[in-house]
Amino acid sequence: MVVTAAREIKDGEVVYVGMRLPLLAFLMAKNLHAPSAVGFYENGLIRETPSSELLFTMGDPPNILGATQAGDMLNVMGMLQSGRVDIGFLGAGEVDKFGNLNSTAVHKVDGSIVRLPGSGGASDIASLAKRTVMLVEHSKRRLPERVSYVTSPGYGDGGDWRQQVGLIRGGPSCLITTMGVFRFDNKDNSARLESIHPSVDSSVIKSETGWEIVSDDSTRSTQEPSKEELALIRKIDPKRFWTA
Amino acid sequence: MEESMTAKNKLMSMSEAISELTSDEMSIVMGSGMEQNIPFSAGHELIRQKRRNLHLVGPISDILFDQLIGAGCVSKVSAAWVGNVMMGSAYNFRRSIEQGIPHKVEVTDYSNFAIACALHAAALGVPYLPMRSLLGTDILKNNPNLIEIESPFDTSEKLSAVKALCPDLAIIHAQRADCHGSAHIWGGLGVVADSAKASKRTLILADEIVETEVIESDPNRTVVPGFLVDAVVCEPYAAHPSPSQGKYNRDHHHYTEYHADTKDREGFLNWLERWVFEVPDRAGYRRLLGDARLLELSVRDTALAAETDFGY
Repeated sequence: MVVTAAREIKDGEVVYVGMRLPLLAFLMAKNLHAPSAVGFYENGLIRETPSSELLFTMGDPPNILGATQAGDMLNVMGMLQSGRVDIGFLGAGEVDKFGNLNSTAVHKVDGSIVRLPGSGGASDIASLAKRTVMLVEHSKRRLPERVSYVTSPGYGDGGDWRQQVGLIRGGPSCLITTMGVFRFDNKDNSARLESIHPSVDSSVIKSETGWEIVSDDSTRSTQEPSKEELALIRKIDPKRFWTA
Repeated sequence: MEESMTAKNKLMSMSEAISELTSDEMSIVMGSGMEQNIPFSAGHELIRQKRRNLHLVGPISDILFDQLIGAGCVSKVSAAWVGNVMMGSAYNFRRSIEQGIPHKVEVTDYSNFAIACALHAAALGVPYLPMRSLLGTDILKNNPNLIEIESPFDTSEKLSAVKALCPDLAIIHAQRADCHGSAHIWGGLGVVADSAKASKRTLILADEIVETEVIESDPNRTVVPGFLVDAVVCEPYAAHPSPSQGKYNRDHHHYTEYHADTKDREGFLNWLERWVFEVPDRAGYRRLLGDARLLELSVRDTALAAETDFGY
């Protein structure tokens, strides 16, 4: 998941790095194929060099040492709003077929709720970055046809929903799960299964997804991590905190 | 300089500051520095002094809000995120919303940008600020302080409006401050400056008290000017387990331990007894952490910024 996410970052891009797994994906991209990518962190940091140590949060001292700028949140949020951010990363409790994310509360069948931490900066990134990449653990529960609460906007009901509600750019580019990669390039902006991770059975990914996956000749196998990528991930996260 | 012409010395102990500046039902902004400089020490004193029905305001608070919620101090939260940043969810927050334990907290959901705009609007003295974020979301639909508007200059342009938020008190942790409250903070600055300007009163919690000359030698580093500040408390390791750049590192282990220890209510009550009620103050907390842990968290490699010449 982390390796696939890192590959989405192109060299020279401005990246809005979210909390948790994206911290690692950005470090990987910076060390491999995107050395001149610029990282934005919502605590107000801008980094042009990768931190020298693994990060658990964006406010960790190694992320501050050697930053290009350490300012306030409105500085980076303002530039996100004015269109300076190419790609943003998001995690969530649930994601649906139009890439809408729920990280606020999940309603269970028995009527009870599971309260999740909330948006953080995710809804802002989903609203304002030129494109977004989502990282979610794959299960039927986490990938419902429609989320019960839209914390962060994807393509809403599909089609030109974003323009209609007034969002001026952006939208999900891809969804990376523990089983595969979806691309939001269907005509109605719904998710198309682009690739299945090696060792995942296509019938399992179908039964574990809350919307109907249309089999398509274009579905391929996700490119496995290279030796170089694996070596780097083991080096950056030796105790496998993020990659257990 | 004559004493009457100098600014007031606002130094006091944490127990005095919390006793004088806080009361039940107050709105308090904390954690405005995001994952660094979190005023845990002040949070623990709020718990010891049994403040009730507080309205907590902040973007994310890591586990500070979770502790206050679990201790029964809170009735309302206006925030973008409540959890344990490196571990995910925090259990007291979940227990409160899902099961009403110890009681149900009313949550008003924001995004980080929205809470930043709410405090910035208050800091600027305007009733609201427009934003392009959150359009089409359920956050916008459910939060009464966020509404959709049209641009007054072009009615075809949709925007979201964020109502100004003026907390009663800002509690801010700084690496160093003078006794009047002017505070030097470095690292990510989150919404720190706006939280002081938006609030009616401000409490500065500093790892170190320095002479005013030190503050004035580097005015770009002053995030909160002293005239906004009502009280200053000096306590080394006041932000532990969050980091204070150049003073001490983040205690990752403490967050993983908290996650494991507070999974059930009984576990949390034991945690609270051990880390809050059985320690009288931050000095006691440092003794409980122990010298070995403090040494482990201390700065290993000093990294001084380049000299800055303010001469003319």
